[in-house]
Amino acid sequence: MAEILIKGVAKSFGSFTALHSIDLTIADQEFMVLLGASGCGKTTLLRIIAGLESPTQGEVWIGGKRVDQLPPRERGIAMVFQNYAVFPHLTVYENIAFGLRMKKLPQAEVDTRVKRTAELMHIEQLLKRYSGQLSGGQRQRVAVARALAMEPDVILMDEPLSNLDALLRLEMRAELKGVLANSKTTTIYVTHDQVEAMSLADRISVMNGGHIVQAASPVEVYRNPAARFVGSFIGNPPMNFLPATRNGDGRYHVAGIALDGPSQGGAKLEFAIRPEDLTIAAGGLKATARVIEPLGAHTLVTSEVDGKLFRAVLDSDLKVAPGDELSLVPKPDRVRWFDLETSKAVN
Amino acid sequence: MSGAVATADKPRAVSDIGSAGKFLFWAGVVLLCAWVLVPIYLLAVNTLSSPQQVTAFPKTGVPSFDMGSIQFFLSFEGVLKALWNSVLVAVLTMILSIAIGAPAGYALSRFEFPGKATFRMLVLMTRAFPLPLLALPIAVMFIRIGLDDTPIGLALVHTTLAIPFAVLITFSIFSGIPLELEEAAWTLGCNRLQAFHKVVLPLVLPGITASAIFAFTISWNEVFAASVLTVQNRTLTAFLLQSLSVSPLHLRFAGGAALVIPALIFIFAVRKYMFAMWGIANR
Repeated sequence: MAEILIKGVAKSFGSFTALHSIDLTIADQEFMVLLGASGCGKTTLLRIIAGLESPTQGEVWIGGKRVDQLPPRERGIAMVFQNYAVFPHLTVYENIAFGLRMKKLPQAEVDTRVKRTAELMHIEQLLKRYSGQLSGGQRQRVAVARALAMEPDVILMDEPLSNLDALLRLEMRAELKGVLANSKTTTIYVTHDQVEAMSLADRISVMNGGHIVQAASPVEVYRNPAARFVGSFIGNPPMNFLPATRNGDGRYHVAGIALDGPSQGGAKLEFAIRPEDLTIAAGGLKATARVIEPLGAHTLVTSEVDGKLFRAVLDSDLKVAPGDELSLVPKPDRVRWFDLETSKAVN
Repeated sequence: MSGAVATADKPRAVSDIGSAGKFLFWAGVVLLCAWVLVPIYLLAVNTLSSPQQVTAFPKTGVPSFDMGSIQFFLSFEGVLKALWNSVLVAVLTMILSIAIGAPAGYALSRFEFPGKATFRMLVLMTRAFPLPLLALPIAVMFIRIGLDDTPIGLALVHTTLAIPFAVLITFSIFSGIPLELEEAAWTLGCNRLQAFHKVVLPLVLPGITASAIFAFTISWNEVFAASVLTVQNRTLTAFLLQSLSVSPLHLRFAGGAALVIPALIFIFAVRKYMFAMWGIANR
């Protein structure tokens, strides 16, 4: 059992506050992704869990044990670094065996575990090589194998795929997901790549400016962003936003059309819709097409609604040219509303 | 803007400098090489020539490989003892400057602490005081505490000369080892000391060795402090300074060669780390 509890963890570097009182619970064997733009504090949070950084305040618990004052080696974790951190003076075999030798395991056990994890990561033919003789992808595999060989309660990964080329990243992503699901460890994975986050995570914690804005399943984060930031950060292209004003009849007016809004909402809200949740029909938002990008399966239409940038993902059969007037109807159950002041979702 | 103006204004590439530029370049190269190599060459030729040839004229410029000068030099009263003193002092200097300099270099590259920039400056500042200025007070102090005329006393002075280099070289070597490697070792079960021993040390050992050899040569070449602080236990440099001014010419050449050649070989062996000291990754 390795449930991770983070209670009120904050971190300041001088006058800069990297993390504002983070509370997060990660279940045993859960795959949690920390997602955010660079500088949002995701790596700092990971390093605090690893013990490479100490929190200014707050507590970290791993598997029912408080660990925030313990050194990394006593936390039952293994970590995969962004730059792999494969020891250049040791062979691949000795790299994978490094942690096991520190645990003083008998040679037979070391050998079994090294062979098993090397096989798992498809690097059994590289065991005698040195780091300098490996490609980036192979080094990545060694780093993961080294972490897995420890059979840790928790695996921490800091942007492990960001230094690989696009194709290799895709391949490794699928492989990692499979390997980690079988290893039955709790995983915390830091990335700025939302596709990686969506495809790997059981749950995503979206971070911004040292706060966790939302922690939920990938689909939930995508469909029901808890805050405007999540909607604008996740999804490619991101959500569309338009100002909305409540009328006397209780409905909200958005760029000339009236829509049913939330009953709790104030007089002014922000209307939000994903580009793919728009259809062409009469009585919709009046949009002037500006740029047409056929993407094969769909066509991305960048347009202007009420002078604001507005994107729609439409069927590629649609014949549309720059300057055309379109009437875009939002799917009623996919419309989201955000408070203008707090940026939080309003239901 | 017209195209003609744009092309006329283009700076010339380094590769198409004119023949005058090329001549200047090669003249500079030759001059600098000659500046360093000619004295060494003359030293070597005269060392390897018989005493008669050294004083004879005209010179052939080719050594006759006569070992007379060297043999005479080595059997000269006190040379071997001075040689032994030199080695002893240099080895002590080497050990002391690495023992003190390497931890300082590690701290500079790995920790943030108040006054770090000042500390780096101060390390360099130790070279700002000319040794003649310090030699007399040091000599007086050494006599009072009984360190005068001992290898360890001289080694202490040489260590202060070598430490700025030891700190700077090891600082740049440690900085070249990614912190992530150490962190990886910590997460794999090492404490700070074990991580240093198992990961950092094997990677920095060649550089540390180079830094040690450099400290050795600094001590080996140092003449001023050695002359002031030793009387009976003279190092080779101090011994030669004292006795060679009254020796025949061929003997001076042999003594000079005995000093220059080891230093030259050592520095040549560690040259790439000397570049590293200034942060130039020139291999």
